[in-house]
Amino acid sequence: MKILAIDTTETACSAALLDGDETLEHFKLTPRRHTEYLLPMLDALLAEAQTSLTEVDGLGFAKGPGSFTGVRIASAAIQGIAVAVDLPIAPVSSLLALAQGAARRYQADHALVALDARMQEVYWAACEQDCNGLMQLPGEEVVCRPDDIPIPASGGWHGIGSGWGQYGKILQSRLDGALQKIHPDEQIHAQDVARLAKQVLLAGQGVSVEHALPVYLRHPVAENPSQSS
Amino acid sequence: MRVLGVETSCDETGIAIYDDQGLLAHEVYSQTKIHADYGGVVPELASRDHVRKLAPMARQLLQQHHISQSDIDGLAYTAGPGLAGALLVGAAFTRSLAWAWRKPAIGIHHMEGHLLAPMLEAESPDFPFIALLVSGGHTQLIQVKAIGQYELLGESVDDAAGEAFDKTAKLLGLGYPGGPELARLAQSGDPNRFQFPRPMTDRPGLDFSFSGLKTFALTTWRTEQSPTANLQQLKADIARAFEDAVIDTLLIKCRRALQQTHCQRLVMAGGVSANQRLRVSITDMLDSMQGQAYYPRTDLCTDNGAMIAYAGWHHLKTGKQESLAFNIQPRWPLA
Repeated sequence: MKILAIDTTETACSAALLDGDETLEHFKLTPRRHTEYLLPMLDALLAEAQTSLTEVDGLGFAKGPGSFTGVRIASAAIQGIAVAVDLPIAPVSSLLALAQGAARRYQADHALVALDARMQEVYWAACEQDCNGLMQLPGEEVVCRPDDIPIPASGGWHGIGSGWGQYGKILQSRLDGALQKIHPDEQIHAQDVARLAKQVLLAGQGVSVEHALPVYLRHPVAENPSQSS
Repeated sequence: MRVLGVETSCDETGIAIYDDQGLLAHEVYSQTKIHADYGGVVPELASRDHVRKLAPMARQLLQQHHISQSDIDGLAYTAGPGLAGALLVGAAFTRSLAWAWRKPAIGIHHMEGHLLAPMLEAESPDFPFIALLVSGGHTQLIQVKAIGQYELLGESVDDAAGEAFDKTAKLLGLGYPGGPELARLAQSGDPNRFQFPRPMTDRPGLDFSFSGLKTFALTTWRTEQSPTANLQQLKADIARAFEDAVIDTLLIKCRRALQQTHCQRLVMAGGVSANQRLRVSITDMLDSMQGQAYYPRTDLCTDNGAMIAYAGWHHLKTGKQESLAFNIQPRWPLA
């Protein structure tokens, strides 16, 4: 099974091809320049793997939460490819993808993911590894103030993501003793999106373009005046 | 050559297919209702809706017309000017579709799309012509010598004409978008009750200014209100005086532009060009000058994918195309 996956959620842009257990990935830190790198990366990936889109079985993308604009770029790009080649799509949580990266790089089996959500808030998720080595979300993803993060019962957590850089002190004081290590500079990688996408697609849970949508968690800044009055 | 065109610069999601035979298909979805409660377009809501609507619309259009990869020779999308988040949805979608299909793609200037839209009609203008682009975002006079050869002759120094329509409608308490509502109300207004100024017509040049008219309308609205006043008629009379002033001002500047360039063809496009009284006035003026006026059909006055497909068709035919890196230009002067 070949899966093509992308991420443009935050400051990095990456694309990966997962073929069986082998991954090829192109990754670049490229704040606000995703559109310049995304398609050249995808093109280079397929060329390197000496394959083409017709041999790909499914698509994955990081659906958010994260930068609204970033997750929309990935979403719209995957939709464009899917309209062209009619492939199933696996939208993957960007928080879960970060946790999967921590599992790959640091053998983390418990991850508390915090992405800086601006406006004094974080996107937050507690992720746990299953017996297949894949991160899962037992609870819900939330957007909240760092003071309000839900506190996990157990210990031994890895703290992952930009939220740990921005609000490290507050988060650590909330989680006193429950943390094993913190990785605030960890970025989302498309290869982890691809691994998580694979389980979705294998389970036959791939979606078509109308459901390949971003997850924002936060509502638009402007509240609907007709509802609030 | 057959081109798929996509427009997402503001609050309309448009998609169309144009080929050597003409316009094959075109669909527009308008977000007006989503923004109505806010009295204006909310950029984040617009972007969120484009990403929901565009791909299903594209898939449906292709299926309906039995179009597949081999039937398309190139793709075009609006690269600017417009709302950044909204433009990015159309750009990312279209460019990725083009990449997956291995077809050339090109970003189109939204206003170029508008000014070429009248050429989609059976009776279309020859070059050169003067284009009056009037919408909620722009009021511009442009000399068009050929495709891609545009010279800006004048533009609004403050509010666009459509913006002035919408803002004046808002202060009179009309719904959103208020421009068309204001024009409807003006039909029952007394043309002789109020006389609004014709801004910047007493001096040379082809620039416009419409923000003063909005203030003039507000002042009139406030000073004329009394316990005995018929408020509905007062609104209609103000709407009429306002519309007359905008139309007159546009006419004066168009006449000037035509005389200055010794041109006898005028193309009017953009959302405000759907205004019927403006159309009649422009046509009458061109008749009196032994010239001719051209407009797109009403549904191609507002934002649409057809004009983008058409502009893209022209550019792609010359062999132009973009590299795989793409970008949008939220602020992008046409000329």
